[in-house]
Amino acid sequence: MALYHDDDQAMLADSASQFMAEEGSIAKQLRHWRDRECKDGFGHALWKQFGEMGFAGMMVAEDDGGLGMGNVEAGIVLEEIGRNLTPSPFLTSSVMAGTALGHASADLKERWMPGLVSGEQVYAVALDEGPKHRPESIATRAERSGNGFRLSGTKDFVVHGASADMIIVAARTSGSDSDENGVTLFAVPRDSGGMSQDAVRLVDSSVATHLKLDGVELDGDAVIGEVDGGREVLNRMLQAGRVGAAAESVGVARGAMDLTVDYLKQRKQFGRLIGEFQALQHRAAHLYSEVEIARAAVLKAQQLLDAGSEQADLMVSVAKAKAGRTAGLAVREGVQMHGGIGMTDEYDIGLYMKRDRALSEFMGDAYYHAGRVAQLSGY
Amino acid sequence: MADLEQFRSETRSWLEANCPEEMRQPVHDEKDVYWGGRNASFKSEAQKQWFEACVEKGYTVPAWPKEYGGGGLSAAEAKILREEMGRINARPPLSSFGIWMLGPALLKFGTEEQKKHYLTEIARGEIRWCQGYSEPGSGSDLVSMQTFGEDAGDHWVVNGQKIWTSYADKADWIFCLVRTDKENKYQGISFLLFDMESEGVSTRPIKLISGNSPFCETFMDDVKVPKDQIVGEVNRGWDVAKYLLGHEREMISATGGGDRATSLGAAMNRQGELDPVLRAEMALFDVDALAFTAMSEKFMDELKAGKGHPAQPNTMKYAGTELNKKRHELIMAAGGSRSLEWDSEETDGGKPARSWLRTKANSIEGGTSEIMLNVVAKRILELPGA
Repeated sequence: MALYHDDDQAMLADSASQFMAEEGSIAKQLRHWRDRECKDGFGHALWKQFGEMGFAGMMVAEDDGGLGMGNVEAGIVLEEIGRNLTPSPFLTSSVMAGTALGHASADLKERWMPGLVSGEQVYAVALDEGPKHRPESIATRAERSGNGFRLSGTKDFVVHGASADMIIVAARTSGSDSDENGVTLFAVPRDSGGMSQDAVRLVDSSVATHLKLDGVELDGDAVIGEVDGGREVLNRMLQAGRVGAAAESVGVARGAMDLTVDYLKQRKQFGRLIGEFQALQHRAAHLYSEVEIARAAVLKAQQLLDAGSEQADLMVSVAKAKAGRTAGLAVREGVQMHGGIGMTDEYDIGLYMKRDRALSEFMGDAYYHAGRVAQLSGY
Repeated sequence: MADLEQFRSETRSWLEANCPEEMRQPVHDEKDVYWGGRNASFKSEAQKQWFEACVEKGYTVPAWPKEYGGGGLSAAEAKILREEMGRINARPPLSSFGIWMLGPALLKFGTEEQKKHYLTEIARGEIRWCQGYSEPGSGSDLVSMQTFGEDAGDHWVVNGQKIWTSYADKADWIFCLVRTDKENKYQGISFLLFDMESEGVSTRPIKLISGNSPFCETFMDDVKVPKDQIVGEVNRGWDVAKYLLGHEREMISATGGGDRATSLGAAMNRQGELDPVLRAEMALFDVDALAFTAMSEKFMDELKAGKGHPAQPNTMKYAGTELNKKRHELIMAAGGSRSLEWDSEETDGGKPARSWLRTKANSIEGGTSEIMLNVVAKRILELPGA
């Protein structure tokens, strides 16, 4: 398989790019909802449009009403989301929950897939416990109770948790916290008794929650996949989420770079366009090089994942780390090269810096994933 | 697709039958690399066998047309051959500036006669080429070169000096940029080919900080070059040179991954447990290196499909060479005092230190990193006044 988008994918990229620039723009979405102190942090109307466009259910199998596309295609949409800083539940709902639900029972699919495909419903995932992403260890407990389970524990950084109709929770049904086995995934409906959420607005204006599970009673049919054998589905969901976040980071990097390069062609000082100064040219060119490398790494990881390759896991971590570091470079260089106005709320470049910070943390930062690269490589 | 799968399985069995075990070991020293040429000798019977098998099949230059000694493979087939050779760690049967640099330029700019003659020689490893570009006063500002070819009817008389001519002392022929018009800077350069045994050609090796001498100074003193030994038109050699530089940048950028698929951190850790901060540096390097490997693959795929920005080789060269320098810094750090040894048997004659020093030239030769960034800024980002 060639390492570039095929014709269908290039067409999808064109339509996603156009759609997001028109409907998902910073003025129409991010600033609009932020300035209204929206409780969701995103617009439900746009999410329904995602449904109409076929984006919301793009990764859902055709048999389940979706388009049966892969991580490459989802990444195309995510890169445009990143470029436009479009607040959207696409990553948590379509990519992560969608991937997990693909492995769920027919009953669960029937219950949750239609709302996802149409963009009527929003889903979240509750994986982190504490301020850093360490899904190898899961302390949240699910104990047998009658025909079902009783969940207790706390989760953090549950993005869109406050708006979610259903939250996928990873809990431990046996063993100790860091055991590989003994993990089970649950589809927890929003109105479940004993579940409470403390919503917090984040630096990028998105909303996440601290989630408390205080003896939440669930039927046995809320289990996604196998009891005690949830690690495999969890890993698939993590891989899709990580490579998806990486694609969005590449979009953030590109968006920030494009803004900055444009600015270098407009701003004059000392009677010259500042883009004529070699000191800035070299930094911009270095940034371009990094962005190109990150894009390639992300596409490679997406392709390996879609092909079910054994190398996918390593490459997903490479992609997440590289994309995170590159987006970080792009926003820092962006603010610096914009000078004083880069610090103002009026200019968009600062919004890219805020989004990058949240996105880099989501599903593991570059340090976490570089550590994983070392581990998977045997050192 | 079925045809390609068939090609893959045929290639696999051909390699199985023709690539000796010894040729599947990592390159250890310079003698493991076969450069061909009039004075070439094989290090071993296995090296000879492998080279001859490849020549017969056209696999020294798999993607060149068969009539010029190539394998006539399609882009997809050539990729499969590369993958299959990579899978068994097969060494390149022939290394040559003719393959990497002159060949592509001849394929684009050469006459039919030149292609038949020179390309076949290159494919068969009969002639070893060197490149005459830089001059003592013309490094990054290459186009300021002074070496002059005076028109003497049926030949030029060339006078001047080239520097950084790789392996000029071992090469049979040179492709050389020569000024043929003193009035026009860019359109006053011609791309000439001549025999290094021509009267008036002499070379002097340059000793580098690594202690090795891969480069020479080359002096031309009234060298006669027949008029048919020009590639492209008179005074339009800069077009050929630019095209060829693109290929040189691709080639140098290809060294960026080093032992591509393998992790540097894992290799270094086997020699002794890494300090935690060095381990972290290694991990971040491995992220960069593996990401760059994907970039190389994407770049090559796009190149073959005619996609991608024409100035992208500059990006590749910049990123690849900077990465390779970093790699060797980390190798030195992981090796500790052992890697400082200059001629001990244990270090195979100071290999870590010499290689480390050698990589410092990566971001200078074939256009410095700073020149690469200039080109990216100007041609890709379209920044003003660049």
